[in-house]
Amino acid sequence: MHCDAFTGFDMLSVNVTKQLGEFRLEAAFESNNRIIGLFGASGSGKSSIINMIAGLSKPDEGTISIAGEKMDDTTARLHVPPYRRRIGYVFQDARLFPHRSVAQNLDYGRRMNKLSPDATHLQHILKLLDIGLLQDRRPGQLSGGERQRVALGRALLSKPRLLLMDEPLGALDQDRKAEILPYLERLRDEENVPMVYVSHDPDELRQLASQIVMLKHGRIAAFGGTEILPA
Amino acid sequence: MFDITPDEWTAIELSLRIAVVATLVSTPLGIAVAWLLARRNFWGKALLDAVIHLPLVLPPVVTGYLLLLNFGRRGPIGEFLDKYFGLVFSFRWTGAALACGMMSFPLLVRPMRLSIEAIDRRLEQAAGTLGAAPWQVFLTITLPLALPGILAGMIMGFAKALGEFGATITFVSNIPGETQTISSAIYSLIQTPFGDTAALRLVIISAALAIGALVASELFARHALRRVHGL
Repeated sequence: MHCDAFTGFDMLSVNVTKQLGEFRLEAAFESNNRIIGLFGASGSGKSSIINMIAGLSKPDEGTISIAGEKMDDTTARLHVPPYRRRIGYVFQDARLFPHRSVAQNLDYGRRMNKLSPDATHLQHILKLLDIGLLQDRRPGQLSGGERQRVALGRALLSKPRLLLMDEPLGALDQDRKAEILPYLERLRDEENVPMVYVSHDPDELRQLASQIVMLKHGRIAAFGGTEILPA
Repeated sequence: MFDITPDEWTAIELSLRIAVVATLVSTPLGIAVAWLLARRNFWGKALLDAVIHLPLVLPPVVTGYLLLLNFGRRGPIGEFLDKYFGLVFSFRWTGAALACGMMSFPLLVRPMRLSIEAIDRRLEQAAGTLGAAPWQVFLTITLPLALPGILAGMIMGFAKALGEFGATITFVSNIPGETQTISSAIYSLIQTPFGDTAALRLVIISAALAIGALVASELFARHALRRVHGL
């Protein structure tokens, strides 16, 4: 099922300021789009924003809502910790748990959120990402691309309301990127979980995102469709 | 030469019991202290660190005497524990375990602290985004990843407790069958005419136990390290 417009509330609403040393971040945007791309050069504030959405850092002032639910509201001193936000986060470095097998990594979010086992969903994700055969391996035995696919599966299997991806292809070379991109496109087309996708690569975002928040020096420089991305 | 007398067996068995109990009781406390020192900043942290290391630098006879003053039958803590919990330390094997636990504590804590400090905190962050509350992160990520250091600390502590002499003999004396460990039995034997052969026998046994502990620790650590590196 595709739903690009929710009714009644915005999927994601961000209105924050944060001082990080000399750098000042001021950003406000709301979106109902299913795949929001945060675009900007390194140091433009994209990672700071996605970390605030995840609850890993707090805004100095402002509010963040996910699916109509307030996650941060500095005037009300509200800050929901990451583990109660029901989000999925795919980091640039996959961050798989090295002491657990791939299967245990994949199952981690389900167990922590006390969700009942869902074999259909598991099979679907294993197939979507082609990771069924990796299940008995340990993270140390995986290639970079495999690791990132497992990280993606792990985040999806926790059944998040919002999937955050911070340069998921950033640590991979061109060949590996080309290996992963089709999976991300499948994810976009076959899953209906909303996503925030951070990247400094306009081509990547043109392929995946439907709406772009363009950041420059901690401010929003442009907001719109993928046509605002530089060539 | 190798006819171990019943008295010597008693000393060996007592030494092992004392060292095992001292290590098992110190371990949870050691993990807690190691975690506090590795992860938290609090008022008095330097003081706590210093107090833990005190037994390393104080003459053991001083530590033993301080234990006697505080945990003896008429010491403030000893009296309280005797009255309300029926727990007596002075001139009992339990007192020897307390003395050994205290003397080995700095050696037990150090590897635990180092291994907790070495954990990649980004893995704990990832666990948080997957829905794990802080205590779940500790049990499922921090503790297993710190396991090599925890085992190394336990074995170091055990080896130290097995050989502790000064504080033990000061606090609980040298009573055969109750507080006479291998070390204090050797001490008594060297002061007895014709005790040399028996003393040598116990020296060989204590050396064998120490070497066994070191080999075991090396094997554990190697196995645990492989796990932690995801292989």
